[in-house]
Amino acid sequence: MSAILLHPDDNVLVLSAPVHAGQAVTIDGQAVTVISDVAVGHKLARHALAVGDKVLKYGAPIGSITAPVAAGGHVHLHNMRSDYIASHTRQATGAKGS
Amino acid sequence: MSHALSGYLRADGRKGIRNVVAVAYLVECAHHVARAIVTRSDDTEVHLIGFPGCYPNAYALKVMQAITTHPNVGGVLLVSLGCESFNREQLRATIEASGRPVETLVIQENGGTASTIAKGLEAVARLRTVAGQTPRAPMAISELVIGTICGGSDGTSGITANPAVGRVFDRLGAAGAACVFEETGELVGCETIMASRAITPELGLELERSVQKAEAYYTVMGYGSFAPGNAEGGLTTQEEKSMGAYSKSGSAPIVGILKPGDLPPSGGLYLLDVVPDGEVRFGFPNISDNAEIVELIACGAHITLFTTGRGSVVGSAISPVIKICANPETYRKLSGDMDVDAGRIMEGRGTLDEVGAEIHDLVLAVAGGQRTVSEALGHQEFILTYKAFDPIGPACLPLRRAS
Repeated sequence: MSAILLHPDDNVLVLSAPVHAGQAVTIDGQAVTVISDVAVGHKLARHALAVGDKVLKYGAPIGSITAPVAAGGHVHLHNMRSDYIASHTRQATGAKGS
Repeated sequence: MSHALSGYLRADGRKGIRNVVAVAYLVECAHHVARAIVTRSDDTEVHLIGFPGCYPNAYALKVMQAITTHPNVGGVLLVSLGCESFNREQLRATIEASGRPVETLVIQENGGTASTIAKGLEAVARLRTVAGQTPRAPMAISELVIGTICGGSDGTSGITANPAVGRVFDRLGAAGAACVFEETGELVGCETIMASRAITPELGLELERSVQKAEAYYTVMGYGSFAPGNAEGGLTTQEEKSMGAYSKSGSAPIVGILKPGDLPPSGGLYLLDVVPDGEVRFGFPNISDNAEIVELIACGAHITLFTTGRGSVVGSAISPVIKICANPETYRKLSGDMDVDAGRIMEGRGTLDEVGAEIHDLVLAVAGGQRTVSEALGHQEFILTYKAFDPIGPACLPLRRAS
């Protein structure tokens, strides 16, 4: 697996190449099976994360966990949120009728 | 320095790296006539700019004054319908006072569309002749103003292109250039870290306030400065996008805050505060990337360094845009629109220092006349909308206050 640890304090890795569901990867010496396809630039959990945990990237908090994540799990909109302003997708934009 | 640049010397002493004739419509009703003049001129040095609104706006006037007296501009044709609010007399007086040739065509007084287009083509030819007589003079790196913006960011932007630009900013700023980064809405979450780089505590407080203003403004609007493509590219939150965007600023001390149309009084690193002051009016601060590029140019930017992950294709009127692609997969799809492949860092085919050096050298080449990819493709986007700003406070430019 090609992934980047941007800061030693971080609890997520950034993928520099895509990973695929079922792929066996090694994170910090631990063997982990990837659960879903994840694209370049997206984040994987470096270890298990619990609801309320701050997500650390660049050594800085970039949001909070909203659903439990296993080591190697994809960390994104489905399990984390901003501590500032909510993010939106094209679908959500359409649903809002705006 | 071995980099012998040669600039177009303007009457105010500033120097340009291009010698453009700007054709400016002063209300949407004059847009077609102005565009036809530019299109039929068929000249890469004739650019279309303008403001669509019929209601007066001090910000729009200030930005139009700043753009039409930008050192890359050698002459201006103003195209007015005639009944709009835009203060064409004041704009013309500002351009005249800058020593530039300027002509005004009022459509209602010139026989309508066809006749005004014909007269406009003659005016552009005259303006080009006068602009062509602009003297050239040696230009130092310290006379450059360089802006940076990110657009179509993704999870690679903050790892490759943005920190590479940060290295360029550190190097150009150390050589005395003014370097301007912006979009306070994309610094939400970085305000404390950023404030610690201010050269005075008072400026640090102003930096934090500018981001708090942005957060409050975007919260009222209901959306952060975060597009669906950002999420598709792996960014999850505003503050995550911010941390990546923030790395464009490099590591130098921050010497001041500008608002659109303010010129940096010295070299060094500046934050451009793009979020309006006061109650939320007129909609989103900048409705798309080009509105931010126009504001950077209004602050004197000769060149804009545009980092993109998802793949923006835009350029700009007046000042060249250098596009730095953060994502290697995007670069393979859109290489014909990109100046620099920073995504190679992701794949171990280059380092931040190498890509930073490549961008730095390209800045000097473009300042020396080399066309950027977007210039060669004919991109000349320009957008200006309604905004309201208070003047910057005394703590925003500590160096000027001290001098």
